[in-house]
Amino acid sequence: MAGRGASWQEYQKQIADDRYYYARSCIRQNFFPGSERAFLRMLREELGRDICDDPLHTSCTGIGYHSDIVPLETIMTVVARQFALMAEAGYEHFVTSCITSFGIYNEILNTWDEFPETEERTRRYLKEATGRELVRPKSIAHTSDVVFHFRDRIAERAKRRLVNVVTGEPLRVVEHIGCHYAKIFPKSGIGGAEFPYVLAGMIESWGGSCVDYPERRHCCGFGFRNYLVQANRGYSIANSHKKLESMAPYKPDFIVANCPGCSMFLDKWQYAIAEIEGTTYGADGRGIPVLTYEEMAGLVLGYDPWELGMQFHQVDVEPLLEKMGVDYDPAAKYLGRDGKYIGKPDAAVVNGGPDNRVYRIRE
Amino acid sequence: MALDFGYGISKPRSIDLDRNEFYKGNAVLGKMPELQTCIGCGSCTATCTAGALTDFNFRRLHTRIRRGEFKGIYDEINKCMLCGKCRLTCPRGINTRGVVQLIKRNMGELQSE
Amino acid sequence: MKRVIIIGGGIAGMRSALRLAEAGLHPVLIERDAELGGKLRNWHALFPDFTQAAGVLDELRTAVARRGIEVHTGCTVRRFDARSAELADGSRLEGDAAILASGFTLFDARIKEEYGYGLYEQVCTSADIERMLNEGGLPAAPRRIAFLHCVGSRDEKVCQKHCSRVCCITGVKQAMELKKRYPEAEIFNFYMDIRMFGPGYEELYREAQLHSNIHFIRGRISEAAPTFDGRLQIKAEDTLTGRPLRMSVDLLVLLVGMRANADNAALAASAGLELAPSGFFAPRDPFLGNVRSAAEGIFLAGTATAPKTIGETLNEAIAAADAAAEYLKTR
Repeated sequence: MAGRGASWQEYQKQIADDRYYYARSCIRQNFFPGSERAFLRMLREELGRDICDDPLHTSCTGIGYHSDIVPLETIMTVVARQFALMAEAGYEHFVTSCITSFGIYNEILNTWDEFPETEERTRRYLKEATGRELVRPKSIAHTSDVVFHFRDRIAERAKRRLVNVVTGEPLRVVEHIGCHYAKIFPKSGIGGAEFPYVLAGMIESWGGSCVDYPERRHCCGFGFRNYLVQANRGYSIANSHKKLESMAPYKPDFIVANCPGCSMFLDKWQYAIAEIEGTTYGADGRGIPVLTYEEMAGLVLGYDPWELGMQFHQVDVEPLLEKMGVDYDPAAKYLGRDGKYIGKPDAAVVNGGPDNRVYRIRE
Repeated sequence: MALDFGYGISKPRSIDLDRNEFYKGNAVLGKMPELQTCIGCGSCTATCTAGALTDFNFRRLHTRIRRGEFKGIYDEINKCMLCGKCRLTCPRGINTRGVVQLIKRNMGELQSE
Repeated sequence: MKRVIIIGGGIAGMRSALRLAEAGLHPVLIERDAELGGKLRNWHALFPDFTQAAGVLDELRTAVARRGIEVHTGCTVRRFDARSAELADGSRLEGDAAILASGFTLFDARIKEEYGYGLYEQVCTSADIERMLNEGGLPAAPRRIAFLHCVGSRDEKVCQKHCSRVCCITGVKQAMELKKRYPEAEIFNFYMDIRMFGPGYEELYREAQLHSNIHFIRGRISEAAPTFDGRLQIKAEDTLTGRPLRMSVDLLVLLVGMRANADNAALAASAGLELAPSGFFAPRDPFLGNVRSAAEGIFLAGTATAPKTIGETLNEAIAAADAAAEYLKTR
């Protein structure tokens, strides 16, 4: 996108170069377990960085908080405990795998700045409940910020690029940024809220091209209580539907998202839309694959797609792997660790599976 | 058959001016171009005999017609009691009563969309 | 002969200079740009009667030249007081009183990132429209045009709390000009309030609705994004029907507001002037002292104190010159 490079320069933030304390995501450990593992592998093996994956840390309770189940005092104390654990482990730079958590951490730190009595109260609660001391981190970054920070180093080590090996053309990539990455605090995100550059920068560094489409900035519709309550899911799914309809004419090769909820929704709703409405997207109606940025980086670095956990996706990634020239073993898709068969989902039309229904392919 | 997940895909509420027959309202505007000068003051609705007792809202109704949104117009316009009080109060001098009758006259065409 | 330093060679500065010369005083006009005229140089036609801007400007510039008024162009004033002005090159100009007519800065529309000015070629500002009209029109005939009011005005997000006043009527004027050139185009004005305060303004607004068929939608556009067919998608609420509204346009015109100059604070500090919360210079009081400043011997004219129309600015330039002349009589 012309001129975008100039815009993101105004939104720069300090991203620590080494010695990170890692906070995991609840959703990702269930839906994209390979992504977090790939992130640690990249940092440690490819980039030689020190990152602490601490078994003592917990959920930030953000989903509970946004669903009115977890009170503010509680989530503040949980967050304070995470920071305390970081300090105890000897780290100062907090990196979080989840966009919801990223928003929560930033919001709580800002609340403590604006209302110092809430920080004092939290400090007291933490001490009383756990005996730990709250120490604020020197920096907070989302893990996509960290991958962005190392994008050129990753490009140097790339085994392949985001290029169609048959046509030689750059892959057309839709980048989707989680709302709480920069819509709460535009300055907390690379590129700000309107033209976030965090994923676009990776895509450009690795040879792909970004698609700017009318609903690029629109929310995926996750919305916590909106998808949690079945009666509200109609307008949750309608948001992803709106985005998919809007991006379809551009024929994107894949979608990449930096938010756990968005990655899950944009992927899994494609199945639900196919079943509810009979519409499928992507070439031949086989869906538009949805990747995490670690999966995208992992493919660039030559990691095995099944090691990356891409068999967990709703939309099959094989057409994309073929476009990128990834050498993969189709038979190994559903073999877990030690070659053990992990089970296989039923064929779904969103993946081009057999079905007697007639679907409308939206290209 | 579509699978029933217990929810559907909500339809967008947006007025989509790329899709709407924007100039369907032209039959009305062509005869009463002053309708376009409405500044949305709401005095027609404030004084409306029907609006006091039903959800009839003349200002919103003609704005919707000018945007090409005709759904439910027929039921709504028939709530007007044609008393003409709105015409007395309109600061832009719009013949509101005449507009109501024009809308009714063109209802067949407006409704067909 | 007593000398009056005038900072700013736009219409206010020129009009003050002419008035002072008529009163037998010696005005010294200092202009930052290479030529006199200020913002009006880039304007096409003026509301509410479509007078050509060039005509107004030429008359003022010809009179300034005919009078032989002392003009220093290409000179930026670093600091000043009632008795002298120090220029960027270190030189000084002496005087007995000063009129500050330093004008305003057009709001930089790129700051409102959501509209994509500078990124999407279909987005332009009201100033761009004037330039294009001077150059003969738009590059291509648009099917649909949207004007957005209050860009950089009445907006806490960009620290511009004030109303820039002239944008509403400018939006009406430009919509009518474009409709005249491109009669097939559908034109929409998106507004928060329509403020038609001047003589003939409300009449022009009504004319735009009634005869030019310009559509006015009360609602602020929230974002612009490119469409597959090379247009722009815009979103707003049609607040009078209470529903969100979306549409594609070929051109989005941002009616940019007036903001205080970046060097106002430095100039104010040097001369002992006060600034209003908006960043514009504060007059001594809003009534009987409205062209006088907090400092003795320094007078204020035009948009240095607040957004104003051309007519108001010209009137104020005369008032400031008269106040300066009055002050010098007692010296």
